[in-house]
Amino acid sequence: MTLLVEQPTVPASTPPVHEQGPSGLVRWLTSTDHKVIGTSYMVTSLVMFVIGGIMALLMRTQLLSPSGGVLSLHQYNEMFTMHGSIMLLLFAGPFASGFLGNYFVPLQIGAPDMAFPRLNALSYWLYLGGSMVMLSGFLVAGGAADFGWVAYAPLSNATNSPGAGPDLWIVALILTGFSTVFTAVNIITTVFYLRAPGMTMFRLPIFTWNMVVTALLSLIAFPVLTAALVMLYCDRHFGTHIFEVKGGGVPVLWQHLFWFFGHPEVYILALPFFGVVTEIIPVFSKKPLFGYIGMVFATIAIAALSTGVWAHHMFTTGVVLLPFFSFMSYLIAVPTGIKFFNWIGSMWGGSISFKTPMLYCIGFLVTFLIGGLSGVLLASPPVDFAVHDTYFVIAHFHMVIMALVMAGIGGIYYWYPKMTGRLMRESIGKVSFFIFLVGAWTTFIPQFVLGLRGMPRREAIYSPTMGWTFLNRLSTIGAYLIAVSVLLLVINLWISWRYPIPSGHNPWDGHTLEWWTSSPPPPHNFTSLPRIRSQRPTWDANHADLVAAGIITTGVLGPSGIVGHGNGKHAGINGATGSANRQPSSASGGGSSGLFTDSTSSMKSQFSPSSGEGGDTDLTGQKGGPFPESSIDAPFDDGSSQSGRAPE
Amino acid sequence: MIGAVAVLLSSCRLPYLGMYRGATTQGHDTFKLWTGSLLAAMLVGIVVLSLVLWAIFRFRKRSEELPRQFRYNIPVEIIYTAVPVIIVCLLFYFTVNTENEVDAVKADPGVALKVTAFQWGWRFQYTGTGVTVVDTAVDWPNSYPAAVLPVDESIGITLVSADVVHGFYLRRIDFSRYAQPGVVNRFDLNFRHEGTYHGQCTDFCGLYHSEMLFKFKVVSQSAFASWLAAQEHSHEHLQSIANKRYAVGRRSLVGTTTGSSK
Repeated sequence: MTLLVEQPTVPASTPPVHEQGPSGLVRWLTSTDHKVIGTSYMVTSLVMFVIGGIMALLMRTQLLSPSGGVLSLHQYNEMFTMHGSIMLLLFAGPFASGFLGNYFVPLQIGAPDMAFPRLNALSYWLYLGGSMVMLSGFLVAGGAADFGWVAYAPLSNATNSPGAGPDLWIVALILTGFSTVFTAVNIITTVFYLRAPGMTMFRLPIFTWNMVVTALLSLIAFPVLTAALVMLYCDRHFGTHIFEVKGGGVPVLWQHLFWFFGHPEVYILALPFFGVVTEIIPVFSKKPLFGYIGMVFATIAIAALSTGVWAHHMFTTGVVLLPFFSFMSYLIAVPTGIKFFNWIGSMWGGSISFKTPMLYCIGFLVTFLIGGLSGVLLASPPVDFAVHDTYFVIAHFHMVIMALVMAGIGGIYYWYPKMTGRLMRESIGKVSFFIFLVGAWTTFIPQFVLGLRGMPRREAIYSPTMGWTFLNRLSTIGAYLIAVSVLLLVINLWISWRYPIPSGHNPWDGHTLEWWTSSPPPPHNFTSLPRIRSQRPTWDANHADLVAAGIITTGVLGPSGIVGHGNGKHAGINGATGSANRQPSSASGGGSSGLFTDSTSSMKSQFSPSSGEGGDTDLTGQKGGPFPESSIDAPFDDGSSQSGRAPE
Repeated sequence: MIGAVAVLLSSCRLPYLGMYRGATTQGHDTFKLWTGSLLAAMLVGIVVLSLVLWAIFRFRKRSEELPRQFRYNIPVEIIYTAVPVIIVCLLFYFTVNTENEVDAVKADPGVALKVTAFQWGWRFQYTGTGVTVVDTAVDWPNSYPAAVLPVDESIGITLVSADVVHGFYLRRIDFSRYAQPGVVNRFDLNFRHEGTYHGQCTDFCGLYHSEMLFKFKVVSQSAFASWLAAQEHSHEHLQSIANKRYAVGRRSLVGTTTGSSK
């Protein structure tokens, strides 16, 4: 394991001088800084979120009355096709990997930038180009693609869906697919090669872990989609018959290829937001993450299983091996359950403050619970036969997605101070949270019942005699509530930017390295790094005095489990740059600025060569502390934590 | 909880819990599985929700004091890994049993019905009789094709598609199946009660997807026999109503590909 024995790269009193690049639009157009690109991703994906959301509102308005009247049949078909494509591939994926991953992975691992900054810029421009191509479908004759976001063959062939709109849709997905693959390559390389000294894989912040697994999953899934799209394009224009019966092709092959991408895609969307929640809950509970190792392996298990469950979207085709895909789908409940209990465990025994990010995470928990459990029901083929392609399925995955969106908004509230140095307004945040929660549940809980009562999805009009009207109206009201909440979010983003409330560098008493540097971070992120001896180096540094004084005890759940904390000498942590990059005194928590003033002595003790050799300065008793006898941490730990264990 | 599931799966009178009871014997099996699974899911949900709510209430911030910084609890972690494994194995066991019931196909069903889905309508052919009911929805949602079928008899359905993927779905039978080009699907339905069952296409199939309705009229076996005999005597089996709007869809009946859905 890597030991930190180097000196900090930047001398204490010399703030780094970075070359002054261009500013304004030129800076935005030419930058390869992961933070600028990440911000571009955020803005673009939020615009896409609003566009996709407006489409959803149009559909919900259409369904207010059984006979519609707002959209024509064709327009309605365009709307749900583009709503799905935009929300999944132009909003959720790019928001998660492009914005959150891009912006915070380098910061969390102490890297100056992504491994391939120019490739990163290319990813963004491919994504932006792909988005424009997809939206341009509305401008061509015949309109945008209207075969549903799953584009089942042969409905998506040139005969059934002629025109340029579907072609633009295909090209757009190929472009954004390459963007996603490049981002994935970048994230994986960055995490494998640019971690700060001391940042072992099992000290990675859990969000970064989730991003690594997400990126691996993207590399598995997206090339398959791209290949399938190329085949579809060939069927449409070059006379091949890959998905057509008449030339000896196999239409159902499209479903296999699409869902082999489509199901991992579900987790490509979900895992980053799981990561966000897993970051936020411990911070606002003032505790370390509960069950970190289990969490990592649960994430990997979810990713592995997700490549073997695609045919549960195809139970009703009659051509898949039902028991296999059923059992694999059921199994995903196990690692997901582990995650859920770890989130609860992280709150258990904590001191929870209900700031807006935490509220959104709680909203995530309760909403994801419904979405996840309804998914377990659907893993059973007979149950799926009964509700497949009805609103029950819509309700299931929208409850999941609403939970993810809540996690994403929580992430915005959590990291906005890091990006801007400004706090977002708590008052607006709390109001918008409750509106969102009520809105999401009002929209989608009735849809469970609608599905059970037989309402199929993707219908622009429905029979007034079926008893679906009231539930549809309820659902539409909920959709408007969600829109109000999103509007409040946008207003809050703008107000908080325009009328700043300074946040300080570390307003939440954060755990991970991004809270070590200034807010907003300097161009190359760090001018110094703390010693990394656990999963929460920033927290360790800010609470080193408490650790040293024995105030903090670590241990397992239960009275007998309390074991020793770090008994090493008090080690000041910071390179103590004395300038903008120095950790400011925290507004909350026990971080005391006094800790960092004695820079000379602390640096000596910290960076003496012996300190990394199982010497006496390990301050993170938590690292090895909870299970001194077990081997849980040992394989992932350096020897130094041995010293942190108290004799039993 | 597992005991409760088992008891419920074996009992006869089950609560609705939103889903139809299943008008066929196959659908009724699905309904029983659904009920057990949903109750299990609700129990798990209530336990987890209680833990979440208790945690946020009990451990809300009450002082500046830092809580104990524990990170692992191996026994608890093993329990919450093992219990879900047991639950999903049980669910899987019941699923496979039900699945075998639902997918069981008789070699010689009482009535053999070939169902062809097309853009945008249905054709029902009574195999071996020459009787065909075919129509597209015309006066949506009031008039659409109806196949007449006997109660308490195994109806062997062969499902195919003439063009794109469609979804065969009937309300109240708790079952659906894709009609796909290149795939022939076989399944049996045994209706337990007489009545009219509304069906529709559930898998998106183009412009008039939402109007692709049909009906199953389930009647007594004698009524069915006389209906079938009457149909066979009639020269005009085909209830086709020319409607310009559906001319495109009608063409697909005779094998030519349809025009634009635009």
